[in-house]
Amino acid sequence: MATVRADHGARTVASTFVGYFILIFFALVFIYPFVIQLSASFKTEPNAALNPLNPVPDPFVTDAYHKVFLSTDMPLWLGNSLIVTIAITLGRVLLDSMAGYALARLRFRGRKALFSAVIAILAVPGVVLFIPKFLVLKQFGMYDTYTALILPIIADAGGVFIMKQFFESIPRSVEEAARIDGAGTWRTFWSVVLPMGRPALITLTIISFQSSWNELPHSLVAVQSPDLYTLPRGLAVLVSGSLGSGNQYPLKLGAAVLATIPVAIIFVVFQRYFVRGANEGADK
Amino acid sequence: MRLSAKARENIAGWLFVAPVIVILGLFMLLPILMAMWVSLTDWNGQGSPFKSGVPFVGVDNYAKLFTDDGLTRQDFMTSVRNNIYYVGIVVPVQTVLALGLALVVNARMLKGKGFFRAAFFFPSVTSSVAISVVFLFIFASSGAVNNLLAFFGIQGPQWFADARGILHLALGGLGLVDVDNPPSWLTDGGPFGLSWWDWLAGPSVAMSTIMLLVIWTTSGTFMLMFLAALQDIPVTLEEASMLDGAGRWKRLRYVTLPMLKPTLFLVLTMGIIATWQVFDQVYVMSQGAPGKTTLTPAYLSYTQAFDNFEYGTGTAISFVLFAIIVLFTIAQRWLLRERNA
Repeated sequence: MATVRADHGARTVASTFVGYFILIFFALVFIYPFVIQLSASFKTEPNAALNPLNPVPDPFVTDAYHKVFLSTDMPLWLGNSLIVTIAITLGRVLLDSMAGYALARLRFRGRKALFSAVIAILAVPGVVLFIPKFLVLKQFGMYDTYTALILPIIADAGGVFIMKQFFESIPRSVEEAARIDGAGTWRTFWSVVLPMGRPALITLTIISFQSSWNELPHSLVAVQSPDLYTLPRGLAVLVSGSLGSGNQYPLKLGAAVLATIPVAIIFVVFQRYFVRGANEGADK
Repeated sequence: MRLSAKARENIAGWLFVAPVIVILGLFMLLPILMAMWVSLTDWNGQGSPFKSGVPFVGVDNYAKLFTDDGLTRQDFMTSVRNNIYYVGIVVPVQTVLALGLALVVNARMLKGKGFFRAAFFFPSVTSSVAISVVFLFIFASSGAVNNLLAFFGIQGPQWFADARGILHLALGGLGLVDVDNPPSWLTDGGPFGLSWWDWLAGPSVAMSTIMLLVIWTTSGTFMLMFLAALQDIPVTLEEASMLDGAGRWKRLRYVTLPMLKPTLFLVLTMGIIATWQVFDQVYVMSQGAPGKTTLTPAYLSYTQAFDNFEYGTGTAISFVLFAIIVLFTIAQRWLLRERNA
């Protein structure tokens, strides 16, 4: 009996060890590219090309970042990305939660049909809409404006779905108390329902921020003038044309670091909302 | 006159959904209808596609993709071939990797779960463009990966310049065919204007780097979904199976996996839908090169419209892609349906 237990204990230790080994190996695979990226952005060009694996920049230089800010349109791209991302995030949070609330709670004719339409739109693959969106923007005379960057994606079916699910999960009693006190639908929504929806609102804010900050294809079909480039677009232009050749890597990687930082900060601070967001996606 | 409570709720409901309806209607529904029209014309991007001067060509744009022998069909079929291999490899690998990581992270004895979960998940929240830049650097011919391979005495390829298909390389490596001089029964004919030899190329070395990148970025998201599902499995169920003397593998096979089936189903569906739409990485890293081996239907549709001003062909490709995605999703549902005897 004792030997069986000892054997069992040894096996547990061994499997824990193997578990850690696997985890640490994959953690390295998943994280080390970011380490390489960050360190190469502080290397000199020859050093980055010669020692790409070395995590320590030697000598440590900030030339790449000087160059990114002084000789590319980085400040413009950052500004555009900020404007577009904030506008889209605010818009989505407000509009998606209004629609989600109505679909979850208000009894109006056509509600079921509308919800089915939202689900149907969720199923349309994004790439199918590239050229169609361009057509509609041209037709409306919006092509190549800030409006084109923002308006078409200021509401999204996925966000409506998340908010509807959330509002259905909270108890009705509080709203009904407000109604009995004579509050109108908007008052009830704005000062009673929304404050209760904080966790879902934060989740939606984060998903919207992250997806609009990283968005490339929409910019490609909505605008063409370099004055309207967002950060991913500018970065893509900066990179393309010198496929795989070793030049200017610290500069490009530095620009990529700048594109990663805002999302990285939000990820560290709000990680559990990101996790929730990923799993909301799972409920669709 | 005051409205009844019911009428007021009706109006309030419509007012609340109105902004979303207008946005989705104008920028999702209407564009699709417009694009259906454009896919039947030869519009070149000048003026409005609805003016009378725009030549109506019927289903010609679709015919060019499937039946007319020409460059358009060859490019389209090449892109479909590339994407089939891409889907066929990325989806299973990322699913297995995500499931495996979730199982290990979920093990009860492990410390630092939060750290590992964050490490695996982080790549999937970052910008696809920024990540593509990083991978261009890592897979450069004298980059980190080739340095690492050199450490083990292997000479790495010129990743992004290498158009050789890995299936061809494998067949050549096994000595089954001479890659430089393939047998004529393979090169002489094949469906849709592409020879059997071309269909059987497999993903090129360049495409493989894009596949690695995508597997690396998306596995984290799917791991989280598996993890959530694993945590929903009642502990009593696992304990009962342990008391029954079920070993680790038996428990995985007969207790855990069946409970994960809905999540697995979902992960596969989402994977198939996403992998058929690969675009950002191709746009940044390879633009379809080398030798059109990283061309995908999504990217081809974009370049046909915005670089070649063939809007009709471009929209036709996007509708065919839509149909492919729907067909694949249905096929997957059918294959994984509950088989009740």
